[in-house]
Amino acid sequence: MKNQENYRPITILIAAMGGEGGGVLMNWIVNTAWQKGYPVQATSIPGVAQRTGATTYYIELLPIKRQDLDGKTPVFTLNPAPGEIDLMLATELMEAVRAISNGFVTSRTTLIASNHRVFTTLEKMAAGDGRYEEEKLLKIVKNAGKRNILHNFSNIAKENGSIINAVFLGVLSGMDLLPLKSEDFERSIREEGKAVKTNLRGFQAGLALLKLTGSSSNESNPPSIRLSRETSFLFRIQNDFPERAQEAIKDGVDRLTDYQNASYAVKFLDRLEPFRNGSPDLCREVAKNLAVRMSYEDIIRVAQAKTRAARLERIRGEIEAGKEEPVMITEFFKPGIPEICDLLPPSLSTKILKWAEKTGREESTRFEMHVKTSTVFGFLKLKALEKLRWWRPRSFRWGLEQEQIEQWLRLIVEAMKKSDEFAIETARLARLIKGYGSTHKRGTEHYQRIVNEFVKPCLAGNISAKNPQVILKNLLNRSLANPEKNDLKSALAKIHATMPSANEN
Amino acid sequence: MERLFKSEIEKLKLGEGQTFQGEGILAVTKGLLQAGVSYVGGYQGAPVSHLVDVLTQATDLMSELGVHVEANTNEASAAAMLGASINYPVRGAVTWKSIVGTNVASDALSNLSSAGVIGGALIVVGADYGEGASVIQERTHNFALKSSMWLIDPRPNLETIVHLVEKGFELSEASNSPVILELRIRACHVQGEFAAKNNIAPELSSIKKGKHPAPFSYARLSHPPVTFSQEHQKIEKRLPQARQFITENHLNEFFEGDLQTVGIILQGGLFNTLMRRLAVLELADLFGNSQIPLLVLNVVHPLVPDEIIRFCRDKKAVLVLEEGNPEFIEQQIHVLMRKFDLDTQIAGKDIFPLAGEYTAEVMLKGLVDFLGEVEPEGIDLEQTRDIAIRLSTEKEAARHLLEEPLPPRPPSFCTGCPERPVFSAIKLLKEDIGDLHISADIGCHAFGTFEPFSMGNSILGYGMSLAAAAGVGSFQEKRTISIMGDGGFWHNGLQTGVLSGLFNKNDGVLIIMQNGYASATGQQYIPSSISTSSDLPVTSSIERTLKSLGVGWLRTVRTYSVSKMVEILREAMTSPYPGLKVIIADGECMLARQRRLKTENQKKLDAGKTVRIPRFGIDEEVCTGDHSCIRLSGCPSLTVKSNPDFLRDDPVAAINEDCVGCGLCGEVAHAAVLCPSFYKVEKVQNSNSRQRFLHRVRSGIIDWLAN
Repeated sequence: MKNQENYRPITILIAAMGGEGGGVLMNWIVNTAWQKGYPVQATSIPGVAQRTGATTYYIELLPIKRQDLDGKTPVFTLNPAPGEIDLMLATELMEAVRAISNGFVTSRTTLIASNHRVFTTLEKMAAGDGRYEEEKLLKIVKNAGKRNILHNFSNIAKENGSIINAVFLGVLSGMDLLPLKSEDFERSIREEGKAVKTNLRGFQAGLALLKLTGSSSNESNPPSIRLSRETSFLFRIQNDFPERAQEAIKDGVDRLTDYQNASYAVKFLDRLEPFRNGSPDLCREVAKNLAVRMSYEDIIRVAQAKTRAARLERIRGEIEAGKEEPVMITEFFKPGIPEICDLLPPSLSTKILKWAEKTGREESTRFEMHVKTSTVFGFLKLKALEKLRWWRPRSFRWGLEQEQIEQWLRLIVEAMKKSDEFAIETARLARLIKGYGSTHKRGTEHYQRIVNEFVKPCLAGNISAKNPQVILKNLLNRSLANPEKNDLKSALAKIHATMPSANEN
Repeated sequence: MERLFKSEIEKLKLGEGQTFQGEGILAVTKGLLQAGVSYVGGYQGAPVSHLVDVLTQATDLMSELGVHVEANTNEASAAAMLGASINYPVRGAVTWKSIVGTNVASDALSNLSSAGVIGGALIVVGADYGEGASVIQERTHNFALKSSMWLIDPRPNLETIVHLVEKGFELSEASNSPVILELRIRACHVQGEFAAKNNIAPELSSIKKGKHPAPFSYARLSHPPVTFSQEHQKIEKRLPQARQFITENHLNEFFEGDLQTVGIILQGGLFNTLMRRLAVLELADLFGNSQIPLLVLNVVHPLVPDEIIRFCRDKKAVLVLEEGNPEFIEQQIHVLMRKFDLDTQIAGKDIFPLAGEYTAEVMLKGLVDFLGEVEPEGIDLEQTRDIAIRLSTEKEAARHLLEEPLPPRPPSFCTGCPERPVFSAIKLLKEDIGDLHISADIGCHAFGTFEPFSMGNSILGYGMSLAAAAGVGSFQEKRTISIMGDGGFWHNGLQTGVLSGLFNKNDGVLIIMQNGYASATGQQYIPSSISTSSDLPVTSSIERTLKSLGVGWLRTVRTYSVSKMVEILREAMTSPYPGLKVIIADGECMLARQRRLKTENQKKLDAGKTVRIPRFGIDEEVCTGDHSCIRLSGCPSLTVKSNPDFLRDDPVAAINEDCVGCGLCGEVAHAAVLCPSFYKVEKVQNSNSRQRFLHRVRSGIIDWLAN
């Protein structure tokens, strides 16, 4: 009993996320097939009604009309099987890869996938960069199936005000994979009668996409917020520093001039002097982190960012407000005693902080403020804070930060004696110090712990490790991956327990 | 209700000569009407929610036919409804998600089965088993066995399913026993077609009422001493009647095949998967013709010994395909072989996995192994093996493409969900006072067990959280927190949790998520729902109910007020008050709210009124990329993007266009003192001339100040 090739259904698997209309897409295909008299069956496992979870829909369609089957009824299966899918639709890049790695995209499969990413919670949670490497995903997708169509379908949907499912239907309808024509699909959208206009727009955009040749998508780089170049420094940068580091240094100079003033930028260059003749990679890494550290976040900085001329335009663009449409903007601030003390003179700050600690107000006393920057008065409040820049070098926090920066730089210089790689990782530890309030505090604690319990003992020869830079990198990554769940302590203890002390050898 | 089922209701009205096209569970619903059902009840749950959802919306059709529909408050209440068929010749059907719903219903089912029925009683269960399932993985088969209810597991095509709905009622009446119709997830959601018949208005109904109540008959009570004779009746009378009906009506199907020495006995629900696997192995065609003879059990309990013997006799080996464990069918067949002294070899769970779904892959491997062991004549074993190896090699190769596994993508709280902030608050509280024992429950809030919250020490069933914490509280220094939805509260948490807790002086904390609907199953109304379509008052308010039960410590907090919630939680954890402390976390389901707002806002816009649409944003220059906001929220619209700042390596947080402006970002930033990068922006649509003038003046001055 040979399973004649003619009598094989076309198998379609859709991988989508809740809320993307995967079920509607499935129904459009099924209804169109019914309309044209083709035997079809579809099923799904949507489970709960919530959004964002990964789910799949499965369709089987026999490309022979019912009337030509002599009364026979095909038995369609409800379970997709690896190696047996003809057409795979995936509405997101990682879901496409998930389908591929589950064996649903093989030599017989045409893959239509959106190459945009919707990050999973786990990827977003890390304090560092927890995103799955996109290049790896793209590589897998590009090599998958007998044919694949990759595009940012999400963008096309957005541009047309439709949902991604309609765009997919458009692409599918133009591909000649099913015995159904694009006008048949279009009729199904109309007959369904829901959001017909926007769905048709998405559908047409998907259909039009196919007509463009070589439609591989090249995303434009994310818009940069680089400031104007401070040209007066260019000569010194180009003369004194390795080429590999120059771009970062230029950015740093611009950033610090904007943050404070030109002489602060000069200080930045001076601080980089010890690294100019060493490894260019190290110089670059120090420059990047130094510029960020020197432009630490305080109230003045926040006020500056929120009163930039371009900001309002950007926000209006985000919500697509018309020229005449009023827009209200509310900022959320909640400074506490430490944040305010940051700006006071050191002698006063020390006293207040001591008192606050004694009375338990350090954490508990906070001033909740909702500032409406779309009103003149609200905007003025922030602008006034921004104007306090001149005062910053006299503030308590300034002194503290400069001292810590110097310590960190000295540590990097020390670390250079061990190796450039070790020094680079030491410089990168600065990534831990970020955020505001408790986040900043915790990050600083982690930084101090790694420095005191690993970097310094390494440099003093109390720990001898073959690849200290690898250990250091791991410690940093561990700390960034889940900062609240602090297993740094145990990791360090383990290192101390297993690493032989160089002095004992 | 999440969806309006207008077009689905139209499908229920189809009649003779028309073709029904649609979802499996709707076909069942149509089948009920074609069978002249008089009353229908049920409790929502995937994959059967649509049955009751559609019928409760089809008020016109129901009143025309005289069918009474109840949205029961739990499965026990639905099951007990079938009691109507004990004394009256009326057909009734109820539905729920199994195994959990059947567990809840089982007391009423035992009593119903003992007394027996004179009108057909059909229980439609959605077996939430295998891929996509959301509950513990157990069989419903046990309940059928222990209570002598008959269990139908039809071939998963609409024609057969609907046929067996109708036959199920007849079987029930012919044997005076309740009948369970079990459908797997994919069968409930399958889109297919069948030839419709006319609906039948029941003889006794809400429009044709009976004049006389049933006469008193002690024999119809499940009460001693008649329970003893009922036990005998089940086995001696009803079982043979059922077997006779099954045989005479050919409910089980024999498929002939060329090969005489082997055969397969299978649950009807597995038919389509098996047929495709046989086709892949080139042992069957696409139209249900198999080389291997098949016995398809559309009724899996009771088995009909004559049919089994007839099929197995003269065969060398028979494979039994039975999903789930224990393998009740296989065991019974073994006993039959012994009793009838057949030496047919019976294969089953010795070849197939003992536990888990029979997916396409599992089925293929099992078939190849079975055939390899039995070596039947007329099959090219080498070829079948080659096909299987080719497929599994492809699958293996695919698996190795990934260097590191992909992160999972479980379902999560919706954007703007009112329940997420409560978990943000608990997380903040935990950072402050240390870890806590958290008793989780069934409902959307169970997503609090996933990242970024990862909270919950146990889940013991729908509405069971507080009861599950009762013992723990006795030996833990800190108080326990139990989380329960309003759905779970009405389902049974009110009794098993709150009342028992009060009675036993439970010192714990209970958070009731009051979002106004049974949201996880599609926003069905519950007794405390505020109906938006009518002005009717709520049936029961949770707050009033708790007070009248005697709850002495009760606070209602708006869920989005995270700081307030942390404060109240802290108070509940530390208050000297000795009894149960209940916090009602109040916030309407955002999906329902958005659907409502969309219509309301459109009306306002059409009428020229001002509408403000809020959204949140992040200043990427201010964001330092530490993502603590994400670890405290997990909102789908709060995501990350590459840092536009060349000097920083870590991605910044970003809010995408799905944001509904619920305000949690701002609240969390405040409560946790996170960072000042968040801002709220409101677009004022249909602004009046005064607003526009003010806007022009403001923008002018601000532009001047900024530059």
